[in-house]
Amino acid sequence: MNKIWLVIKREYLTRVRNKTFLLSTFLFPIVIVAFIIGSVFLAMKSRNKSTIAVINDPGFLQKNLESDSSFLIFEFPKDVNSSNYEAKGYAGLLKVNPDTAAKKYVIESKKSLGIETMNYIENQVEKAIEYNMLQEKNIERKLLDSISNASKEAAKVTNELETGKEANNRLPYIIGFGCGIIIYITMFVFGAMVMRGVMEEKTSRIAEVIISSVKPFQLMMGKILGIAAVGLTQMMLWIILLLVLVNIIPLFVSSETLEQFQQIQEAQQQLPGGSNNTVALEMLKATDTFKTEVNWGIVITCFLFYFLGGYLFYASLFAAVGSVVNEDPQEAQSLMLPIMMPIVFGFIILSTSIENPDSPMAFWGSIIPFTSPIVMMGRIAKGVPEVVPWWQLFLSMAMLILGFVFTTWFAGKIYRTGILLYGKKPSWKEMIKWIRRS
Amino acid sequence: MSLLEVQNLKKYYATQKAVDDVSFSVNKGSIFGLLGPNGAGKTTLIRMITGIFYPDEGHIIFDGKRFDPVNDVVKIGYMPEERGLYKKMKIGEQAVYLAQLKGLSKNDAMTKIKEWFIKFEMQSWWVKKVEDLSKGMSQKLQFVTTVLHEPKLIILDEPFSGLDPVNSNLIKDEIYKMAQSGSTIIFSTHRMEQVEEICDHIILLNKGKKILDGSVKGVKHQFKENLFSIGFEERPAGLNGNPPFEMVGTKDHSYIVKIRDGHKPNDVLSYFLQQDARIISFNEMLPSLNDIFIKLVEGTPLTRQFQETTA
Repeated sequence: MNKIWLVIKREYLTRVRNKTFLLSTFLFPIVIVAFIIGSVFLAMKSRNKSTIAVINDPGFLQKNLESDSSFLIFEFPKDVNSSNYEAKGYAGLLKVNPDTAAKKYVIESKKSLGIETMNYIENQVEKAIEYNMLQEKNIERKLLDSISNASKEAAKVTNELETGKEANNRLPYIIGFGCGIIIYITMFVFGAMVMRGVMEEKTSRIAEVIISSVKPFQLMMGKILGIAAVGLTQMMLWIILLLVLVNIIPLFVSSETLEQFQQIQEAQQQLPGGSNNTVALEMLKATDTFKTEVNWGIVITCFLFYFLGGYLFYASLFAAVGSVVNEDPQEAQSLMLPIMMPIVFGFIILSTSIENPDSPMAFWGSIIPFTSPIVMMGRIAKGVPEVVPWWQLFLSMAMLILGFVFTTWFAGKIYRTGILLYGKKPSWKEMIKWIRRS
Repeated sequence: MSLLEVQNLKKYYATQKAVDDVSFSVNKGSIFGLLGPNGAGKTTLIRMITGIFYPDEGHIIFDGKRFDPVNDVVKIGYMPEERGLYKKMKIGEQAVYLAQLKGLSKNDAMTKIKEWFIKFEMQSWWVKKVEDLSKGMSQKLQFVTTVLHEPKLIILDEPFSGLDPVNSNLIKDEIYKMAQSGSTIIFSTHRMEQVEEICDHIILLNKGKKILDGSVKGVKHQFKENLFSIGFEERPAGLNGNPPFEMVGTKDHSYIVKIRDGHKPNDVLSYFLQQDARIISFNEMLPSLNDIFIKLVEGTPLTRQFQETTA
């Protein structure tokens, strides 16, 4: 036991003291946050404040067009026409042609106004016409508003019956998908780290020196656990850094701007292809709803468990691959394929089950240990025990623990023989023989 | 008294009998040569002695007791033929780590490593990385880490490969010293001149079987062909009468002769004395281990054929 501890310590320290570790640990969250803030600012910047002149108002436009002081202002000057609106400082001209039926409302602008601006103008004109029509029929605006509000309320009731939660489904979706992706990536990153470590020991010919004082299984487990500790350290630092950054952002960004983001988002959702910034916006908005929408205790605990479990499940297999190949990294690739397939498959199940967390595919994917670390994270964020009952969670965890005990046992046998074998890469048949023999 | 006793050890692989019923014993404080051509089963045998492999059959008695791989490995220092070090690790740290794996405390390891580094003039290496060392330098480091924990049994597989004569001698001297202070050394190689120089006792493996076992002197006598070389001031012109030997060859001023059965070396001398030849030297020509090795191994294919075993 003491020897395993020595191996773990060496594996951990040599990696944590490495410059690349420090760099990736501290740069990664900063890069992510910088990306989010950057894309938000880009979204803000594309919203130039502009003023539109309206001429030939038939009467109701001035009363009903709503200006947005930070974005678009409608003005109704007298002496403006197509030739001089630019000189007078207007970004565009909204002309009303009362005679023609087809092109009644025309926008004139030298420079492109942008989809968002056009969209806003269209909406406002449509609203104005709607109100005007309502007024003609003697329906009050207040009455219409109250009716639409009431119908929205009613819609919320039906949502409550379906999911048991208020209808903000996007945050759990993002959290679940994000956790799944992080586990998916880290399984490759740390699995490959284990494999490279084993290959290094084999090709530098130190394996036999070590094996003469440590059992091969101890050496393998020491390496796996040491790298697991590296991974956990990195995860913890990331979580802490992200939490700090998330709590710092609202200090710099006022609640007014947050409201603006919401408006941008609403405007964008009305456009067919306008969801490119929604993830970033959602993340920022999430700083407000952080504690309420998602059960963070369960999500973080499960995240760490599935990260560790998934890593342990695959790490020994990566170690076994590293032990049978020689210097040539191409040999490793063909052997890694059967290990990578289920991980990639897990990612595919994740992307379908995030929409349907109750489908049989999602259920089995989150129970079978080959894919469960990735798939289960997507479901957990949607709610425990509402979407994932406790028994499913515990079954999945137990299966994962059994799974990694089995893969470690299995891989240990290949590793033990492979690490001391130089020369030709063994065939599958030979490896199966090694497992059977002892 | 023997430190290590190997009894009927067997290890069969799927395609060959790597070690096939080998027995021998190694005396405490001796330098023991384990010889054999490539693929004779030396490495497999050593791996069983160091607890890396379990034998299929047979026993290993270490220091009077049944060999216990878990606890006895700390009493063994093994320098494998395929050896290396962590390239990116600092040399001092690496030596401490390897010593700790052999059960030394960190402080003990530090003191001992420093002593050895001074002895081998390696003090300035401590913070260097292995990738900065030459092959010979890392070989020396390798040797230090093998013997650092003062093991009772030291197993060296081709310890001099890649070393220049100066460093070879340095390590050879250390090997002698350790043997004198009571360590037992098993020395595996196919460089026969080194074996002749260093070893007290040898065994020769071929195709997994022990084909020779004895002291270096004994083995040489076992294989001697009664050849003698006689040096003359001036070589006699011819042989008269009935000499008690056969001429094998001539070299400068000497004859190489093979004594006939039933005759003694003295008969050769008295023959030449009667001839009034002026003898200046008379030596027995013992075969070199190299000759014996080649004689025994020749005729068998150099690399082993793969044969199916019924294990």
